[in-house]
Amino acid sequence: MSSQPEAPVLEVSDEVVIKIKDMHKWYGAFHVLKNINLEVNRGERIVICGPSGSGKSTMIRCINRLEEHQQGDIIVENVELTNDLKNIDAIRREVGMCFQHFNLFPHLTVMENCALAPIWVKQIPRKEAEATAMKFLERVKIPEQADKFPGQLSGGQQQRVAIARSLCMNPRIMLFDEPTSALDPEMIKEVLDVMIELAQEGMTMLCVTHEMGFAKTVANRVIFMDGGEIIEENEPHEFFDNPQHERTQLFLSQILAH
Amino acid sequence: MSTELSHVVGEHPDLPPPVTEVGVIGWIRHNLFSSTSNIVITVLTLYLLYVIVPPMLNWLFLDAVFSADSRDDCRAIAEAAGDELGACWAFIGKRFEIFVYGFYPAEERWRVNISFVLMIAALIPVLFDNVPNRKQGLWFSLAAPVIICWLLIGGMGLTPVPTDKFGGFMLTLTIGVTGIVGSLPIGIALALGRQSHMPALRMVCVAFIEFIRGVPLITLLFVASTMLNYFLPPGTTFDLLLRVLIMVTLFSSAYIAEVIRGGLQAIPKGQIEAADSMGLKYWQSMRLIILPQALKISIPGIVNTFIGLYKDTTLVIIIGLFDPLGMGRASLADTKWQGLSTEIYVFVAIFFFVSCFSMARYSLYLEKKLHTGH
Repeated sequence: MSSQPEAPVLEVSDEVVIKIKDMHKWYGAFHVLKNINLEVNRGERIVICGPSGSGKSTMIRCINRLEEHQQGDIIVENVELTNDLKNIDAIRREVGMCFQHFNLFPHLTVMENCALAPIWVKQIPRKEAEATAMKFLERVKIPEQADKFPGQLSGGQQQRVAIARSLCMNPRIMLFDEPTSALDPEMIKEVLDVMIELAQEGMTMLCVTHEMGFAKTVANRVIFMDGGEIIEENEPHEFFDNPQHERTQLFLSQILAH
Repeated sequence: MSTELSHVVGEHPDLPPPVTEVGVIGWIRHNLFSSTSNIVITVLTLYLLYVIVPPMLNWLFLDAVFSADSRDDCRAIAEAAGDELGACWAFIGKRFEIFVYGFYPAEERWRVNISFVLMIAALIPVLFDNVPNRKQGLWFSLAAPVIICWLLIGGMGLTPVPTDKFGGFMLTLTIGVTGIVGSLPIGIALALGRQSHMPALRMVCVAFIEFIRGVPLITLLFVASTMLNYFLPPGTTFDLLLRVLIMVTLFSSAYIAEVIRGGLQAIPKGQIEAADSMGLKYWQSMRLIILPQALKISIPGIVNTFIGLYKDTTLVIIIGLFDPLGMGRASLADTKWQGLSTEIYVFVAIFFFVSCFSMARYSLYLEKKLHTGH
């Protein structure tokens, strides 16, 4: 993505919106996340990378309780993530998520996909929800597909619908779990462009991705994970030009070799 | 062969396909005579049809007698016409009312007719989503079972009719439709319960499903007709038909639950994750996201179970209820018509085939309509 323009200087406030403290997670006996500490300020764009199985997806999935952590604290928008369903709901209302395989609802049209949660979770009248959905579909540049079913769209279009669907809930934080990994190369750009625009509007974003061009363009921090731990974090230039840890160097040499 | 090109390279026009590839000739070539073995099968099939179909048509229609007063009468009419001995449909004609209404009192049969019309009217908004005023229609569908129940049993202004007077096709429809309508929601609930994270609920559902599936329906019907009296306080009378309805519904709901469980397992985990991440509650995600997809996948299995249930209603004969088959066998005792069992079984077979084939076609229609992928 070297064709991207230089990253504009984006405001990052010092209000902490996500705070993860001494967090551990196990899958059965397998210790998958070890002592995770992370603070995210409003407006930050964080890219998380690392080899597969390093726990990066699991970590961001803990933030909206798709995965349960067993030890430590996660506080999102001043709400602590506990087993209390009210807290989980409150956090999920603020946090949007996009998945590697889009996870659109195949039996609903694009429009219905987008309007569903606003109507049922926020009790917004259908007309209004559909107007909002149309606005976001225009923003991801596929308003003309509103009446189609997901199965009739290309992968890139589906992922853009998925982004629009999340935005319809007006989230203050967006999580991206390898949003371009399942896409053909020529479709990656259309999705990244939408994400870049989103970043430029000041959305707080946590993004698990291997798109290093995207990291250089929009991220203000890059986090490298391996073996369930955060090994290194730095601002992108420093991270790519001058990796400190040996494992980071190895990972970067492998990923940038081709 | 000419090497001269009639067109510019890269702009080859679309030519019509050769006549051997499309139309009737193309279809016959591809489907009936595409290979040696296919040709052999086609010829054999044609021969078999030639051997079977004409005699069958003769028996069913051409040589058949449609009005007569006894079997001997039938024979005499056929001989007088110089025909072979065909079906004696006069028997069915004379017994038709009994086949349809069972022992339902003749002067009250209009109630059965109205019930039948109400049932059809109630089914239409449920089965087809493009009918006008569907919302009001669905409210009617909800109310219809109560009205039908009142009409059939009576009371509250109508002459009461005891349920042991039910019989024939109306009994088949009563048991079949109640079983189908009742077992789908119970089956869905059981399937969801079996996947529940609450161990107690899950165990109850698993135990119920496995018990019901592990016992033959006939056994359950016997239990319904005899055993329940032991468990209920003495003096309580529990209507036999009601017991059968409950047993048939429970029996088929266990099968439906397993069919739907298969559908639920086919839905990718990402669907529920997406629903969760947007803040939908459990019941909302089930109702809006998971069940519509799971039920769609399960349609063939669900309809399969329903067809099985519908045909199994003939089993009630062994606990003394007279479905069409039972009515037919009882009719055979009439000395005037002795020996006409073929006519009865063919007639009952046609009735069941028409009902079950309609269900099968509806399921295909629904599958096609709900298909959204490409």
